[in-house]
Amino acid sequence: MKKFKYSEITSEKIYNKRRSFIKSMGYGLSALTFSSVPLINAKANNLNEPTSYKDITTYNNFYEFGTGKGDPHRRAKNFTTRPWTVKIEGEVEKSIELPIEEILDIKSEERILKLRCVEGWSMVIPWLGFSLSELLNKVQIKSNAKFVEFETVYNPEEMVGQRYPVLNWPYIEGLRLDEAMHPLTTVVTGLYGKSLPNQNGAPLRIFIPWKYGFKSAKSIVKIRLTKNMPNTAWKNASPREYGFYSNVNPEVDHPRWSQATERVIGESILAPRIKTLMFNGYGDEVAHLYSGMDLKKNY
Amino acid sequence: MKNYFKPAVFLLSLWPIYIITYQLIYNKLGPEPVDRIINHFGEWTLIFVLLTLSMTPLKKITNSLEWIKFRRMLGLFAFFYASVHMLSYVGLDYRFDFEPLIDDVLKKKFIFIGFSAWLLLIPLAITSSDKMVRILKKNWKKLHRLVYVISIFGVLHFIWLSKTIFFKPLIFLIILIILLLFRINLKKFNLS
Repeated sequence: MKKFKYSEITSEKIYNKRRSFIKSMGYGLSALTFSSVPLINAKANNLNEPTSYKDITTYNNFYEFGTGKGDPHRRAKNFTTRPWTVKIEGEVEKSIELPIEEILDIKSEERILKLRCVEGWSMVIPWLGFSLSELLNKVQIKSNAKFVEFETVYNPEEMVGQRYPVLNWPYIEGLRLDEAMHPLTTVVTGLYGKSLPNQNGAPLRIFIPWKYGFKSAKSIVKIRLTKNMPNTAWKNASPREYGFYSNVNPEVDHPRWSQATERVIGESILAPRIKTLMFNGYGDEVAHLYSGMDLKKNY
Repeated sequence: MKNYFKPAVFLLSLWPIYIITYQLIYNKLGPEPVDRIINHFGEWTLIFVLLTLSMTPLKKITNSLEWIKFRRMLGLFAFFYASVHMLSYVGLDYRFDFEPLIDDVLKKKFIFIGFSAWLLLIPLAITSSDKMVRILKKNWKKLHRLVYVISIFGVLHFIWLSKTIFFKPLIFLIILIILLLFRINLKKFNLS
């Protein structure tokens, strides 16, 4: 099997720009640095700055609360997040059901990561969280487990969007096991130093910075280890548009949105679009997960 | 018809402009202002296309010819907002960078069909004057039947660009179907 270097996957120009940026930031690649956002647009120098709390918490895609970007903020105010438990089940030696308090006791750290939505916009979010692997290590995963499936709570009483067949509820997302075990795959417990607002996926969500935003399931109640590839919500709704992997890839266009560029949330009306980076800029950390894979086919 | 009706409808039809001006001045366009502006004018284009299509059914229902007098103005507003919609996409979003734009038009069916709808609106806008009605005679009516194609293209454009049909695209689709069904019934009615 031919191994691809990251420099072969991304265009050289972007790669070099990115390298020089990283160098200029003065940290080594081996040390995984969470408090950095790999952005390259030379013109804009304020892009490392997190998006405002207001934008992060009022501009959301969370279809359980409606399809409008402002719906989650308006409608999730009284969403019940206590009591809450998260089940870890499936291909494990012994399933467990963890109360949310126990999960929140795991030490969270600030992780400033970039969110790239499949619709062609991005935000920089100072999440609080820890690696999913820490949570998965609480169970004994069987050797035949290949995938991890995340299930969002089903609560149509409070999640008015679930009363309509917009998607197959409950929302299902998933990762390959090695993706799930990657240190950048984050269990999010808060943002901006505060507990996670309901509209951002309280009390617990997942965040995978190198994939389009919809891969990062919110308000999770079940984590299931599986043998087969999970039937994820958007892939289920439109397989041609949304693949299982859905890695940020400027070279694979979505039939609706160009993925070559993106709009930075919170920028002025006159700000230009910026170039989208392969793996949302996290290629040095994650490209090896896909060596030998045709990412145009496995979109 | 009272002679202040037309100016009143004209001023009311500028509503989308008042809104966007207000939001621009008071910084209320939200986190994605460019997107907001494009969508705003896109939706209003569709509303005006549907309003234009409502005049003939209203004429039949109310048995009053008054409605038809607003049809041209509403149609021209539809063209105006369609042009602003397209220009904000071309200018604000893509800054007249035509390479990715052409790519978009050719590769993305929702942009292709939206752009086609705008192109088809041009001959209708040009031939909207009384003089052109006289010059084109019977052909005028034939030409202006293009509005049915345009309305279908417009609603398809909205459906295809939305991640799901719920709910706005669906509402536009239902209203369009009702308005088009009116035409079929009217024709049958005329034949009998």
